[in-house]
Amino acid sequence: MAIEWQIFCLDTIDKTPVAGCFGSGGAKGTQTYLDWLISAWGETVLVAGLSLVVALAIGAVVGILRTLPNSPWLARAANAWVELFRNIPLLVQIFLWYHVMPVLIPLFAETPKLLLVVMGLGLFTSARIAEQVRAGIQALPKGQRYAGMAMGFTTWQYYRYVLLPMAFRIIIPPLTSESMNIFKNSSVAFAVSITELTFFAQQAGEETSRGVEIYMAVTFLYVISALAINRVMAFIEKRVRVPGFVANVSAGGH
Amino acid sequence: MLDFSFFTSEVFTGYVLKGMYFSFALTGIATLGGIVFGTILAMMRLSGNKPMAFVAATYVNGMRSIPLLMVLLWFFLLVPLLIGRAIGAELSAVITFIAFEAAYFSEIMRAGIQSIARGQVHAGQALGMTYGQNMKLVILPQAFRNMLPILLTQTIILFQDTSLVYIITAHDMLHGFTLAGSNLSHPREAYILAAVFYFVICFALSWIVKRLQAKIAIIR
Repeated sequence: MAIEWQIFCLDTIDKTPVAGCFGSGGAKGTQTYLDWLISAWGETVLVAGLSLVVALAIGAVVGILRTLPNSPWLARAANAWVELFRNIPLLVQIFLWYHVMPVLIPLFAETPKLLLVVMGLGLFTSARIAEQVRAGIQALPKGQRYAGMAMGFTTWQYYRYVLLPMAFRIIIPPLTSESMNIFKNSSVAFAVSITELTFFAQQAGEETSRGVEIYMAVTFLYVISALAINRVMAFIEKRVRVPGFVANVSAGGH
Repeated sequence: MLDFSFFTSEVFTGYVLKGMYFSFALTGIATLGGIVFGTILAMMRLSGNKPMAFVAATYVNGMRSIPLLMVLLWFFLLVPLLIGRAIGAELSAVITFIAFEAAYFSEIMRAGIQSIARGQVHAGQALGMTYGQNMKLVILPQAFRNMLPILLTQTIILFQDTSLVYIITAHDMLHGFTLAGSNLSHPREAYILAAVFYFVICFALSWIVKRLQAKIAIIR
């Protein structure tokens, strides 16, 4: 069978070709598959981006709490957080946020569905980021902490000025793979009908019966996005590098 | 507001048990298949044969940059085109998971093989061992042992990922819970119970891995 890229120029409703491919040329409200593909990609970027912000913010705090020297209960609570969100599959967590939370907690009843998915994906990833932040802090020689204390810094100060600046630099490589993971994992939002890339692939593939072309485009966008994240993180890593300092923390996972 | 009384032992055996069995079976088969193919891929990448290394690297990097869900959808699309008919959701899940996980296990095995000191490879060669003998008798046993905790952690992640086959309507543990929930009209409780089951299983498994890690570490 031949590959027919013209499929992307068809109108999504009456399946007629639209000149110029982007729907704005035709009557108001028309949309081609290309338009839909782009907006689905935008949705994926939106879900993944917001989730990454949530995951980084909470993951950093939880990871730091796990390394605090004099607060065993805070550390325990943070450990419990990590175990809880790491040991339940992402899909189940998203179902809980989407189907259960709005009923149990009235606050979430009004929340847009997309934000519920962002919470699910964000908290799931926050546990993994917390693990890396902890590893990064613990990878530093103990002497750095003691040096900070000896200088008369408060706990907050020696975290802020001594430990964290190095720890975050050390964990840039695992954070890179986690950012790429969050992008891939956002495909699970498809299960609760968020119109992101995977949803588009499935839906448009079925509508047009030209699944191969549609899937190729979607796969290409996933690969390009992963590559883009990789390059951005490599750029950040290069910009913030401390001369003469090389460190490695390895991480697995999806 | 929540009523868990619907979840009796009959409901468990009637709905959940079969799916649980499939989730475990899928995890086991995909782990074994993934490690076998992953090891082959890792050996290809480290073989020094440029075309072979390129093929393996392309496969691994390609698989690792697309979501598992897309791989599942691709498989569903291509199989009828290639063999003329669809195959069942369960079989599709098994094949897709092996193909997908092989890429991840390959990265772990590659790190494992590279963790073995070069001197050992040279020692094997000096003893007149063939490439195969050297791999089988010297390198892979140590590589497996070094990587065992990471391999098992990956298996736990794999077990969590098996819940995704729910989307292609294979009958896994999550599907068992949601089916029970909708048939007995307690969908929300069913989701919570599913979360509890997954949590207990994964938590127990990661605890075992932690214990094992302390026990099995090679003391150098």
